[in-house]
Amino acid sequence: MNLSGFDQATLNGDQGEAAQFAMELVVDVAESQSATDLVDIEQAHIDGCLLHGQALLDFAEYLVARGASVVVPTTLNVSSLDLLHPDLYRGDADTARKARRLMDAYVEMDCAPTWTCAPYQLASRPGFGQQIAWGESNAIVFANSVLGARTNRYGDFMDICCALTGRAPFVGLHTDAGRRGTVHIDLRVDEGMIDGEIMYPILGHLIGKLVGQSIPVITGLDSRATEDRLKALGAAAASSGTVGMFHAVGVTPEAETLDLALGGRSPERTVLVGVDELGDARGDLDSEPGPLGAVSVGTPHMSLAEITEVANLASGRSTTVPFYINTSRDVVDRCVATGLDIDLQTFGATVVTDTCTYVTSIMEPVSGDVMTNSGKWAYYAPANLGVGVALGSLADCVESAIAGRRVTTGHWS
Amino acid sequence: MKVDRVLVEGSAVGELLILDEPVSFWGGVSSESGLIVDPLHPQVGVSVSNRILAMPHAKGSSGTSSALVELLRVGKGPAGIVLGVGDSMLTVGSLVARSLYEVSCPIVVADLCDGASGEWRIQGETLEGSAL
Repeated sequence: MNLSGFDQATLNGDQGEAAQFAMELVVDVAESQSATDLVDIEQAHIDGCLLHGQALLDFAEYLVARGASVVVPTTLNVSSLDLLHPDLYRGDADTARKARRLMDAYVEMDCAPTWTCAPYQLASRPGFGQQIAWGESNAIVFANSVLGARTNRYGDFMDICCALTGRAPFVGLHTDAGRRGTVHIDLRVDEGMIDGEIMYPILGHLIGKLVGQSIPVITGLDSRATEDRLKALGAAAASSGTVGMFHAVGVTPEAETLDLALGGRSPERTVLVGVDELGDARGDLDSEPGPLGAVSVGTPHMSLAEITEVANLASGRSTTVPFYINTSRDVVDRCVATGLDIDLQTFGATVVTDTCTYVTSIMEPVSGDVMTNSGKWAYYAPANLGVGVALGSLADCVESAIAGRRVTTGHWS
Repeated sequence: MKVDRVLVEGSAVGELLILDEPVSFWGGVSSESGLIVDPLHPQVGVSVSNRILAMPHAKGSSGTSSALVELLRVGKGPAGIVLGVGDSMLTVGSLVARSLYEVSCPIVVADLCDGASGEWRIQGETLEGSAL
């Protein structure tokens, strides 16, 4: 293991006890990955601020007690609480107290209280080629695939240790060789499907199931695969599989051609994906149709463009069922600046910030299915919340909410 | 069995549990009982507590580390883990549990070739890859 002078000094305790602990963990993990070097990282995103288990709180308080402070700009993922709308919380008080202590601990370590699973929608997002250490599966896949930044799949504990040291094991997606695609996803669908948005989360869900941990290279997409659509695709792929990166030829920055994305080698396998395969995958994300109980959109957190679309689609009408919009406080600020918040009030939407409806007790008891535009939400919510789900486009979600029943358009309606 | 690498040092004694398929600690094992609760896992209902778990590779999400720490914190975790392929999430979980709660759960990467069972001993001395 090649350690720099800084690494050695940190291990010796020169940067304090918390940094020493963090560096030991980074080095141990690097050794477990057979890494020979560490790499400097320019920023971090922490997933450990969502309370799931006492250990996460014990760990954060252990670090704070030892004077922990991050050495690179560090953003925070969703937590268990909506601090801007505390009345929305329906869980028990003890959990809320612990969740708040956990959030406070990370702020004490000088992380930025961004509370969003879509840090790539912040002005601070990393650029092409930058080495970073990000947690949160959807953020990881977006950073690697769409931005061309470089991060491995960091999880609880390890993410903050990278932030406290500014170092990460130089393996996997941090390296050129580790970013080479190995599975060719040959997408063959008609123009209407590429135009519409519903295909993207379904394709992501299918790809996650097909490739597991491998890096897929998709052909058949073009510039109609916008950032928001790639966000939906990646989030779904990182839920059904452990995808940390994908390439889309002609769309993502390291995939000018199929050959480049594959690193000049032949793919280990090629999978033809047509409308039939997508239809089967869609079946996983749709419960038996029942009455519509609620709508939840914004997993990952909605962008300003998506919220603008909700307001435009609603055009002065009102929802007849609870309609939840998950987004970041940063996007909410921008909504207020443009007057969009008034449109959302007219529509009757409940804006949820800092957290997400599938990870904490926010939603009112639902009788009936919950419609969503998110493959990730549709994947996790049935188990997490015990609800039936219906997948639809954003337009379907808005029209359904107004009608009070499932309204779907497009190929699978 | 030949140990290739030691991911987390330590020694452990426990009845061997060879998993037919990898289990996800996050959602697949109850942090209260230590039982495998994944309904799709062939050994659902089996306890991992105080066993030496052997599985071909790790499985699961970024919640894996904290799920293992939680199991070890409440005393329902495995005594040690033998993997066919190295895994950083489990390594992090074991290291954090050792630091926070002084609970040991050594992890090694080994050539998992046969279904032998019985009492195994995993020692830190095996760092260079000597046979158990």
